Amino acid sequence: MAYVAVKGGETAIDAAHAWLNEERRGDASVPELSVAQIEGQLGRAVDRTMAEGSLYDRELAALAVKQTAGDLIEAIFLLRAYRTTLPRFGYSLPLETASMQIARRISAVFKDLPGGQVLGPTHDYTHRLLDFSLLDPGAAASAPRAEPDRSAMPRVPDILGQEGLMEADGEAAGEPGDLTREPLRFPAERDVRLQALARGDEGFVLGLGYSTQRGYGGTHPFAGEIRMGEVAVEILPPELGFAIDIGDIVLTECQMVNQFKGSKTAPPQFTRGYGLVFGFNERKAMSMALVDRAMRATELGEDVTAPAQNVEFVLYHSDNIEATGFVEHLKLPHYVDFQSELQNVRRMRAEQQRVVERKEAAE
Amino acid sequence: MKGYNFAYLDEQTKRMIRRCVLKAVAIPGHQVPFGSREMPLPYGWGTGGIQVTASILGSDDVLKVIDQGADDTTNAVSIRRFFARTAGVRTTTATAEATVIQTRHRIPEKQLREDQIIVYQVPQPEPMFRLEPSRVETRRMHALADYGLMHVKLYEDIARFGQISISYDYPVMVNQRYLMSPSPIPAFDNPKMDRMPALQLFGAGREKRIYAIPPWTQVKSLDFDDHPFRAINAPHPCGLCGATDSYLDEVVTDDHGGRLFVCSDTDHCAERRAAGYVGTDGMKEAAE
Amino acid sequence: MTDTLTPGFADPVADAQACFRAVLDALAHPGRIRPVPPVEAPAPLCPAAAAVVLTLVDHETPLWVDPAAAAASGWITFHTGAATGEQARAAFAFALTLPDLALLPAGSDEAPDNSATVIVQVQSLERGARFELSGPGLRESAPLAVEGLPTDFADRWAANHALFPRGVDLLLCTGNQVAALPRSVTVRNA
Repeated sequence: MAYVAVKGGETAIDAAHAWLNEERRGDASVPELSVAQIEGQLGRAVDRTMAEGSLYDRELAALAVKQTAGDLIEAIFLLRAYRTTLPRFGYSLPLETASMQIARRISAVFKDLPGGQVLGPTHDYTHRLLDFSLLDPGAAASAPRAEPDRSAMPRVPDILGQEGLMEADGEAAGEPGDLTREPLRFPAERDVRLQALARGDEGFVLGLGYSTQRGYGGTHPFAGEIRMGEVAVEILPPELGFAIDIGDIVLTECQMVNQFKGSKTAPPQFTRGYGLVFGFNERKAMSMALVDRAMRATELGEDVTAPAQNVEFVLYHSDNIEATGFVEHLKLPHYVDFQSELQNVRRMRAEQQRVVERKEAAE
Repeated sequence: MKGYNFAYLDEQTKRMIRRCVLKAVAIPGHQVPFGSREMPLPYGWGTGGIQVTASILGSDDVLKVIDQGADDTTNAVSIRRFFARTAGVRTTTATAEATVIQTRHRIPEKQLREDQIIVYQVPQPEPMFRLEPSRVETRRMHALADYGLMHVKLYEDIARFGQISISYDYPVMVNQRYLMSPSPIPAFDNPKMDRMPALQLFGAGREKRIYAIPPWTQVKSLDFDDHPFRAINAPHPCGLCGATDSYLDEVVTDDHGGRLFVCSDTDHCAERRAAGYVGTDGMKEAAE
Repeated sequence: MTDTLTPGFADPVADAQACFRAVLDALAHPGRIRPVPPVEAPAPLCPAAAAVVLTLVDHETPLWVDPAAAAASGWITFHTGAATGEQARAAFAFALTLPDLALLPAGSDEAPDNSATVIVQVQSLERGARFELSGPGLRESAPLAVEGLPTDFADRWAANHALFPRGVDLLLCTGNQVAALPRSVTVRNA
C-alpha cells in the first residue's frame, strides 16, 4: 500500500475543541452549572484558582473553573493568561492584616489570647464521613449567629515581639519585585520568594513544607497564628494625596514561629515563616510559611542541605503553569529527535557488533 | 483580533522583548533574561518563540511555522493560526516565500537568505543543564567562558562509546565565545547554523531567555580533532522524492518491520515532487 | 522649547514595529544603513533619532540625554515616560556628539546585557571618515562612512570592543537613517 502523509491538523484541532465543549457540558438532561453556583458552592476551588492565578476576581475564577470542567491547573492558566493582558493602573498600599475582619483565627502557641480563638468555617473537627444527605438537594444550611467580638485581635507574633522574643518584621527595602514582569534573578530576595510561593502550586508547596517536618531542613515550627477574613485594599492616588479603599478581599495568613538559637549579632529569639494567600486556604498558607522559613537558611546562618532550603530549586519548580506546560509538552511530536536517537543507537550497536566480530575472527 | 493588540502582546511588552533581542544580537550566543509573559498557549509549546515572533512581526511579513520540519503538525497549525488570528499576517508553507520562519526542532533544507529571520522555539536554553542543574553556576561558567564540564562530558562519551553520543541539541560554540544550545534540532542541522545568511533568534519562554546568532556568524559544533563532529541521518533516500541529502523521518508502515523513510521537511519534499523527482515509494503511490 | 509638543508616530504600533526592524537589521548587519518611519522630531533631534527613541525607550529604561540636546527632553519624557538621569545608570544614552563610552554601563561578565545602548546623532552616513567593519553579521568586511564622530573614534571603539562580551552598542542616526555598531564588531580606519 502506498504511503499517504497524515494531513488535516486543522480539522482535527477544530473537532477536538468541539468534542471538549460537549464533554464539559456533560449530560444535557442535567441542568447546566451557573458561574454563580460555582462561585458560591465551590468556593475553595475558586480560592485556589485566584491564588495561583494571581488575580482576585471570584467571578472570573469561577468562570475559569466552569470552562475547564474543574481542572484547576487549567483554570489557573486561563486566569493567568487573562491577567497578563490587563493594564496596571497602580499599586495598592501594603495590606493591614492586623485589622482583618476575622472569620477564623487560631493560635497553637497560646491557650487563650486577646480576641480569643475563633474556629470559623473549618473542616478541622469534621469527621470525614460522606454525608449522604447531600445526595438530595436539601434546605439551606444555616449556622447559629452570635454577637461579633469587637475586641482587637493582635497578631500573635506582634504579642511576642513586645517582649523582644520575636524577630522584628524589618523594613521593606524599596519596591517589591514582580516575577510576572521581570525574570527571576539570584540571589532572590524574600519579597520575590514570597510572591513565588503565593503563586506556587499548592501540592508542590505542601510537599516541600512537609519535607521540612520530616527532617529535610527542619525549622521547629509552631503555628503561631492562622487568621482568615476580609482585609481592605487601599490605593494612594498621587493626585488625591490620601488613601482610598477600593474593596475588601478574603485572605488567609499564617505566621509560623520558629526556634532560633541566635547568632553573633542576634540574641536567641523566635524567627518567623510567613504565608499569605488569596481566599480561604489554610493548607497553602501553612505550607508556604514552612517553606519561607526554610528558604531563610542562608540569611540565618543555617546549613543549606535540603530541597526546601534551596532557593533556586524551590523557585524554579514551584510554578504549576510552567511545570505542567513542560511536563505535558512531551506529548508534542518529538519524532525528529527520536529519529536521530534511533539512528544513533543503531550506529552504536553496529559499531559494537563489528568490534565483537573482529575479536572473534582474530581468535 | 478584537480586544487585543496587533500580534497579541501589548506595546510595552514588545518594547521590552525588542530591547532584549537587540542585546542578544549584539552578544551572539549569550542568553539574555527577559520578562517572559504568560501566553495563552502552554509553556513548553513555543511561548518563547511566539513572543519573539510577535515582537518582530509586521503586517507585511509572511510567516511560516514548522514543527519537526512539517507545516501540518498540530502545534505548527495551532501557532500559525494564532498569528493569523492576532496579527492577520499572511502565512505560507513555502520556505522561500517566508520572511519570518518560526520553528521547533528543525532548520529547513533550503538555504535561508539574508532577508529572512528564523525564530527557534527553545525548551532549555542552558546547554550545560544536564551536567550542572544550577543556573547560578552555569551563568558563572558562561561569564568565565569555562566550558570544561562540557568537554569532559564529550570526552567521556568517546572513552565509553568510541564516539560522541549526542544526536540532537548538540552544543555549539558561537563566535568562539559562548557555548550555546541550538535547541533540540537534530545534529544533522547543526552545520546549517554556521555562517547562515539569515538572522537566527531563539526564544525560551518558560526559562525566560532570548539569544541570537547574527548572519554569517561562526557556529561550531563541539568536537575533538581526532573525533570530528559527524551529522547523523538514516542511510536511505526519501521514499517519496528520492532526496539523499535531506533529514528523514522514519514512518512505521506495518507491524512486520516495514519502514518508510521520508523527508522531515514537508515543503522541501513537496517542492521536489512537484519538480518531478520521485522516490521508490512515491512511484507506487503514483501508480495506484 | 515650544509649549506644544509635536506628536509621536502617526501609527504607533506599525511605525514602532517598522523602526524596530530597521534597527534590528542595522544591528544584525553592522554598517548597513536603513531608513526608519517618519516622525516630526523636536529640535535638535533628527527624525531617525526621534523614531529610535520612541521605539525602544520607556519608563523601564533610564535615559541619559546629552545636555546639548536638553531642548528635546520634554518631548522625550512626554512620549516615552522615561526617567532621565545620570550616565552611569543609563540603559539608553542620547547624544549629539559621541560621549565618553567608558562612563556608560558596560554590563558585567555574568550580565553583559545590562549595558547601555548609545544613540548618537551624526551629520552624515554617506560622507565623512571611512571605516572598515568586520565581525558577526558580516560575510566579509564592510565599509562605513560617518561624518560627525571624533577623529579618534576607531581607538575609542577598540577600547569598547575589547571589553566584549561587556560593552555598549552604538546606533548612529542622521536624517531618517540609522546604522549600528554592536559591541561585537571591529572597526578600523579605512
